[in-house]
Amino acid sequence: MIMEKVIDARGLSCPQPVLMTLNKIKSLKKGELIIKVDTETSKENVSRAAESQGWKVADLISEGSEYTITIKKD
Amino acid sequence: MNSMKNVFASRWGIISVGAIIGILAPLLQKLGNPGNMGICVACFERDIAGALGFHRAEVVQYIRPEIIGFVIGSLIAAYSFKEFRPRLGSAPIVRFVLGVFAMIGALVFLGCPWRAMLRLAGGDGNAIFGLLGLIGGIWIGTLFLKGGYNLGRTQWTYASAGWLFSLFMVGLLALLVMFPPIKGEARNGVLFYSTKGPGSMYPPLWISLGVGTLLGFLAQRSRFCTMGAFRDLILFRQIHLLSGVVALIVFAFLTNLIFKQFHPGFSGQPVAHTIHIWNFLGMALAGLAFALAGGCPGRQLFMAGEGDGDAALFVMGMIVGAGFAHNFGLASSPKGVGPYGIPAVIIGFIVCLFIGFTMRRTYGEGV
Repeated sequence: MIMEKVIDARGLSCPQPVLMTLNKIKSLKKGELIIKVDTETSKENVSRAAESQGWKVADLISEGSEYTITIKKD
Repeated sequence: MNSMKNVFASRWGIISVGAIIGILAPLLQKLGNPGNMGICVACFERDIAGALGFHRAEVVQYIRPEIIGFVIGSLIAAYSFKEFRPRLGSAPIVRFVLGVFAMIGALVFLGCPWRAMLRLAGGDGNAIFGLLGLIGGIWIGTLFLKGGYNLGRTQWTYASAGWLFSLFMVGLLALLVMFPPIKGEARNGVLFYSTKGPGSMYPPLWISLGVGTLLGFLAQRSRFCTMGAFRDLILFRQIHLLSGVVALIVFAFLTNLIFKQFHPGFSGQPVAHTIHIWNFLGMALAGLAFALAGGCPGRQLFMAGEGDGDAALFVMGMIVGAGFAHNFGLASSPKGVGPYGIPAVIIGFIVCLFIGFTMRRTYGEGV
């Protein structure tokens, strides 16, 4: 896992996690990206935004109050 | 993987919630709330400020149980679905100040975004200028968001800290039950009441509280937010939240038609004035403050119920803002804008721009 491809949006409220995700998606164009958030709302919003850009939620790990979302685009 | 899908967060979920609000708000009006004010978060918080004596505008004093219900309903939903997240510490004083000016802007227009939509659905043409102002204010907010504006990360806190605001609401309910309104009396115990005007118009307590709690529950599940609706449209071209807002307007319009509460026109509308420029600018100030604070007044209540202490402080700012608005003559009335309403809106814009321009930070990636 390359560190650059991890976004830590924990503690940030929307729209920040979505903005960070979309900015990274724009620069990456494809591949894999991991986003860490800590509210259900952010998890939903980030997943929805990624899917709207043609990315897929490949994995979602929930640990306590934290979510690690892995999104992918081939 | 995702084990339990939140149905309310789906497209149909948010549309259903908007529709339910659109039906229940005019029903609350039918059952006693003021004209085109079945639900108004700003007005109702202002009425609470009046009931507590933070301002002494005699026609707007009542502990509105809908507000209490919003917070408690959200708390119940958050606990039911394991989403209670006690958190605070993301620039609290800034959120308080934004709450103050959000309320001042809303009271220059005479309503929060919910009421702007309900006014439109009731035929009040002045609401069009308020809604345009709201969108304009949110648009300015999105420019700041694109430029890196944000208020920083929240911190973990004790569950009990996440409960404090809900407990404050329970306290208000206790006061209302202990010192209920007495017909024709302007006071009972520590609470002030209105003997005439909007503050004297309300449904039975348990109806207001019940509807408020139901809507609080549904809004927490769906993340319904009138500011987010326009923000996400402008920022991301997303119409998810917007579809809920459209459903609210459509269903409120239909419900008003059924209840014969639809009266199209500009003049003589209930609790409204016809000075378009200040309807626009008042709501633009409010919209900017909501965008900078990350939620409309309703959403702030729901987040406060989920344990967000910063959202709770925004609400406290709004209650204090209502005190300023009426004590200083900033709030409008059906006669027009208050004597000091215009300078207050200008000061509000200066403060919001100061916050927007000076609070920027780009977060690096990595863990």
